Amino acid sequence: MRVRSRELPWFAGAILIALVLTAVFAPYLAPQSPTEGDITQKLIPPFGMEGGEAGHPLGTDRFGRDVLSRVIYGSRISLIVSLLAIGLSGTFGTALGLISGYRGGLTDSLLMRCADIGLSLPTILIAVVLVAVSEPSFQNVVLVISFLLWPRFARQIRGETLAVKEQDFVALAVVAGRSSTWIISRHIFPNVVPTLLVISTLQVGYVILLEGTLSFLGVGVPPPNPAWGLMIAEGRGFLATAWWITLFPGLAMLLTVLAVNLMGDWLRDHLDPKLRQVGSRAEAEPATIEPVPEARPRGAAAGADGG
Amino acid sequence: MATPPLLVVEDLKTHFFTRRGVTKAVDGVSFTLHAGETMALVGESGCGKSVTCLSLVRLVPEPAGRIVAGRVLLEGEDLLTKSPGEMRRVRGKKIAMVLQDPMTSLNPALTIGTQVSEVVRLHQKLRGAALRERVLSALRRLRISAADRRLVQYPHQFSGGMRQRVSSAIGLSCEPRLLIADEPTTSLDVTIQAQYLELLKEVQAAAGVAIILVTHDFGIVAAIADRVAVMYAGRIVEMGTTLEVFNNPSHPYTRSLLRCLPDAGLGRQKLVEIGGQPPDLSRLPAGCPFAPRCPERQAICLEQSPPTVSVGNGHLAECWATKPVSSPGSP
Amino acid sequence: MIEAFGLKKYFPASSGFAIGASGWVRALDGVSVKVGAGETLGIVGESGSGKTTLAKIILLLERPTAGSLRFDGKDVASFTRDDLARYRRSVQAVFQDPYSSLNPRMRVEHIVAEPLPRNGDMSRAEKSDRVREVLQLVGLRRDSAVLYPHEFSGGQRQRIAIARALVTYPKFIVLDEPVSALDVSIRAQILNLLKGLQEKLGLAYVIISHDLAAARYLATRMAVMYAGKLVETGECDAVYGVPLHPYTEALLSAALPLHPSARRQRIVLRGEVPNPMKPPDGCRFHPRCPKAMERCSNEEPEGREVKPGRFTACHLY
Repeated sequence: MRVRSRELPWFAGAILIALVLTAVFAPYLAPQSPTEGDITQKLIPPFGMEGGEAGHPLGTDRFGRDVLSRVIYGSRISLIVSLLAIGLSGTFGTALGLISGYRGGLTDSLLMRCADIGLSLPTILIAVVLVAVSEPSFQNVVLVISFLLWPRFARQIRGETLAVKEQDFVALAVVAGRSSTWIISRHIFPNVVPTLLVISTLQVGYVILLEGTLSFLGVGVPPPNPAWGLMIAEGRGFLATAWWITLFPGLAMLLTVLAVNLMGDWLRDHLDPKLRQVGSRAEAEPATIEPVPEARPRGAAAGADGG
Repeated sequence: MATPPLLVVEDLKTHFFTRRGVTKAVDGVSFTLHAGETMALVGESGCGKSVTCLSLVRLVPEPAGRIVAGRVLLEGEDLLTKSPGEMRRVRGKKIAMVLQDPMTSLNPALTIGTQVSEVVRLHQKLRGAALRERVLSALRRLRISAADRRLVQYPHQFSGGMRQRVSSAIGLSCEPRLLIADEPTTSLDVTIQAQYLELLKEVQAAAGVAIILVTHDFGIVAAIADRVAVMYAGRIVEMGTTLEVFNNPSHPYTRSLLRCLPDAGLGRQKLVEIGGQPPDLSRLPAGCPFAPRCPERQAICLEQSPPTVSVGNGHLAECWATKPVSSPGSP
Repeated sequence: MIEAFGLKKYFPASSGFAIGASGWVRALDGVSVKVGAGETLGIVGESGSGKTTLAKIILLLERPTAGSLRFDGKDVASFTRDDLARYRRSVQAVFQDPYSSLNPRMRVEHIVAEPLPRNGDMSRAEKSDRVREVLQLVGLRRDSAVLYPHEFSGGQRQRIAIARALVTYPKFIVLDEPVSALDVSIRAQILNLLKGLQEKLGLAYVIISHDLAAARYLATRMAVMYAGKLVETGECDAVYGVPLHPYTEALLSAALPLHPSARRQRIVLRGEVPNPMKPPDGCRFHPRCPKAMERCSNEEPEGREVKPGRFTACHLY
């Protein structure tokens, strides 16, 4: 895939790289502990404002915990939750989508009805109920989000599968004597991967927001974890007075989701399978065809052999 | 012929400017067409025949494409110098187009009555009963039976062949002087194609419209064209009356093409292949574009562009190997 | 070698929420053909004739609603796993669209090697050799094996598709419109290639085409189909030279000859190809037939050997 440098998503890419690095190197970057605070240091405003200190550049919350450090560590939670949730639901949803699309018939109808039911569930409500019933924990949040997310993958991948199935090379693989498993894994799946990447990337934003919302509602990642949603919730009572407790995690979330969506858009534009590569044409003419002189034009003849 | 020609195209050049370079889709095309004549533009994909047609009506996709040179004189007026407003009045009224795919030429969400009326209303400024009459007669002219019932039907209720007739009816509804048909029968069944071509000839005889027919099928050319222009790599390499060109193909490309086409009537005569690939229009070699594949290539062909040679009776070929023949009384 | 008896294929045409079929699309309605070793059967017809459905049944991509298919005498319906594997090795296919016939994400060598059995007695090296051998056979360079489809032109891709069809030493290849999607000057290359391969390797072909000229170039016998039925079969030159069925006549006259003065008396048919869900009573061609008689609208004609080696289904005979 040849791409000019000015087309690359610099902004989005930079933010995402920063996010990943922050998450990985959190312990080295965060000036203070994210979970332990000095209660005597509570509600200090960000540096540069009246009462602010260099030691707490973004201020402290009501327990005296450093906001900057919490935001930094919070990136880990957002990243890990989204990766796990997407990994789980993506794998499950893709597998179901592939099978459903390829087999068609009753299997397809049944699976897609399940997916439809899944899609029509009021997400937040169900999430709240499920987590409240089971008790807030890291694993449960991941599981619940995965449970809500798989139908999106399944439906989209099924659609792509149907399209790929129409291609002649699938019928020819059957004529070649190949099993369904082979065809799905070697023919359909690789052609479905670009769509999968795009969906996954676009869902990351949604997952982060969802996790944030759940944490905000108190049914997500439990305190004292520095989840961004939790921080926003905790700052609710202080919006007028200590607005920085809510603002900074909110900004972090905004930037991340924005970057992820931009990246997803870019991927979708560039992984469009309709873009056919006519790069260097293989010099594949044999000696059996009328000999042509060295002066023949080299390089691609764009689409010249079309119908 | 003493009557002035309807259409005169002089040295038309249309290039596409992309990051990869300049693609010379049309590179110096000239021809004339008289009223009531059918001229076929023949060539393979990429030869520039479709872009030539788009250039005539100035619908070349911009900004990548641009007509960089030439004149297109319709009844004496140069279309390339007209304003967008003036061109809009020309399209539909003086020049109409019928395209290859009848599925996408018609709007699936509108009845065909609406679609035909749209054009008539725009150019003829008719309303009410007069409009309806005109629409019905346009449909009937293309032998669409039960036209009054079909006015309220949608494109999907028509077969491919009928849809093509509807498209053509739309094109012909305002009595244009010139009809450009770009591969109108390629997606139709062979017997439906025969129907359509008959119809086209009938309509032409009745209305005196000139037709430019773009095709890759020499069979169609032989069947209905009065004159034919063979295109290769953006240029017309041979042009003349159909009979002349078939009887005496004067360009190696034309000869090669005619020899490599299977003919249902002639059985299993061996097909002589044309080696190599069609050229890359953004990297054309010096000299004749067909030279690399030409079985009669000489040294000069690879260096210099061949001259236009007259082989008599208005039959022209662009080739170093063709010997000029002057017929008595011709220029 | 391959014989089809009375093949019928009806597709349910259900619409929307209707449970069960609201009608049947009669794609194939009683077709019997046979192809022997080394022969080429040309099947011609227009849209709705059922020729593609017939190809799919021969390739075991669809199961007939009625009728049977025999391979070397054995009924396909009673095939064991081994029989099926053997069939698949012996019967291969080349389809119309060179762009959709090759998986864009697979290298040519994997594409061409696909029909070779996975487990089995060929080692990786042997398979690789066979792939290169067969690429050369179709006129491509041996080292094209490592490339991807997008690096080839349409004509070259079709060669790759042909190479894949040859890799298992098949006896029989179904060619479904093999050159229709190719540029005119490339068609000759591929047709000549196919012809040469047939002579060299002793292959049998079924060539399905709407292009009568291309079909004639390769075929020894010809079968003409209309609206799911076979209307005429016979030796190729005979059918083209002296067509028996009025539809064949019309079809041939519509296949435009390559010379302005060779205009046959062109027969232009009225009307359209019939609705496959509700074909006309009696002979399916009668509404458009210039020689239709009273009988044709009531009674469906049976296919009969009207002259030695010439079958047709028409009341004129």
